[in-house]
Amino acid sequence: MVPTVLFWLFAVVAVGSAVAVFRVDSMARATYALALSFVAVGASLLLLNLAYLGVVTILMMVMEMAVMAVFMIMFMMNPAGLMPMSMLHNQRAALVLSGGVFAALAAGALLVEWPERRGTVPDDPTRAAGDAVMGSKMLVMMGIGAVLFTTVVAALVLAAARSRYDRGPAGERP
Amino acid sequence: MTVTGAPAWAVAPAAAALLALAFAGAVVDGALGGGARARSGGRWTRPLVETARLLRQRGRRTVAADGLLWRVGVAGPLVVALLMVVVVPVGGTVVADLPVGVVWFNAMDVSLWAVAWLAGWGPNSVGPLVGGYRFVAQALGYELPLMFALTAPAVAAASLDLGDVVAAQRGLWFAVWMPVAFAVFLASVAAFSMWGPFRAPVGADLAGGVLAEASGADRLLLLAGRYALLAAGAAVGAALFLGGGAGPWLPGWAWSLLKTVALLVVLVAVRRRLPVVRPQRVVRLGWLVALPAVLLQLLVVALVVVWKG
Repeated sequence: MVPTVLFWLFAVVAVGSAVAVFRVDSMARATYALALSFVAVGASLLLLNLAYLGVVTILMMVMEMAVMAVFMIMFMMNPAGLMPMSMLHNQRAALVLSGGVFAALAAGALLVEWPERRGTVPDDPTRAAGDAVMGSKMLVMMGIGAVLFTTVVAALVLAAARSRYDRGPAGERP
Repeated sequence: MTVTGAPAWAVAPAAAALLALAFAGAVVDGALGGGARARSGGRWTRPLVETARLLRQRGRRTVAADGLLWRVGVAGPLVVALLMVVVVPVGGTVVADLPVGVVWFNAMDVSLWAVAWLAGWGPNSVGPLVGGYRFVAQALGYELPLMFALTAPAVAAASLDLGDVVAAQRGLWFAVWMPVAFAVFLASVAAFSMWGPFRAPVGADLAGGVLAEASGADRLLLLAGRYALLAAGAAVGAALFLGGGAGPWLPGWAWSLLKTVALLVVLVAVRRRLPVVRPQRVVRLGWLVALPAVLLQLLVVALVVVWKG
């Protein structure tokens, strides 16, 4: 009973705030409506007993949206994104595309024969999901993750070596 | 000591305890109060007087404010602090026995990015707006060191459950053999509370920054939220690094409370002892000093864990 009510609550919040993204006329509201939608998705992952994945989804998405709001407003054509604006562009093609994708996904969800559960729920579903997705490639993926992160930092260091916030000729201490 | 989940009604006393701690923090700050003099009343009653004054103060309006987002930003810090403490074990009980309490705390402190920025964005006024952007810039500096500082106790305890982290400190507090992670954690708590050297987002050079346009009950909520964040950070720090409810003679909850109050007093006391650090310098310090230091700390912790088997 309680999980069902919670699922519908999160589902309605997720879809409702996703719709709101395109109905509001402010960059900030659109961004944070999207963040709310992602938080609801993360919360519904908690209902699947995927505590780690759910909380990490909320963590990453809120952080991402907070940074995205800064960039969206920075790149707006009107002054600082402060003016009201429409979030809809290229309406006809977007409508066709999104309608097609929705129809395909909905048809998939309804027509696919869902498998019966085999075995029981594992003790740690997060671990089981990780094993199923990554399997024996876990070590490789973790190595690649570190390399990617190092690349990002190195690229930033090279790009921003002489930028607005460099230390200047005096060599200011950190 | 094992930690067990409490019944649902425990939410109320936990919230009351956090608010009481936040108030205690404000009282300590008023009592230590160097510099600013109280408008009226003695040093100890200053928070009470200020609360009464703000509750009676008329709300200020700004032109074309985004009311909804402003409200979210104003209520946010207090709500986030309340959500942080639900995973903190007090003695042998915890309000929400979440298996990933450490990540939960991290997710909550990340939502402060959004909340503080919204509190700055909402009033459509330059001081708060710049303050909100300063907070996000500062957050870029402290967040990664904080994440790795949280990882160290979790690696040592081999669990993300705060109860397990407390249990793993039987014999030796993590603060003793992870001093760098502990220091980075405390600094990050001050940073996400916009406190002490990290108060640039509410800086006097911005006429109060995020706080500039907030008045009446809104201002009271924001100020209370900052103290509540400090208190929640102290409570999490006591569980992560100071052994939680472990200690002789006294019952577990008393030790949890004592350690939390001690950390809170330390955090409050540094307020006027250190100069404000500019956000771009916070980023530089965070990435060039704190991040390598805390990564080395994590390496040491990992080696110790492997060595001990």
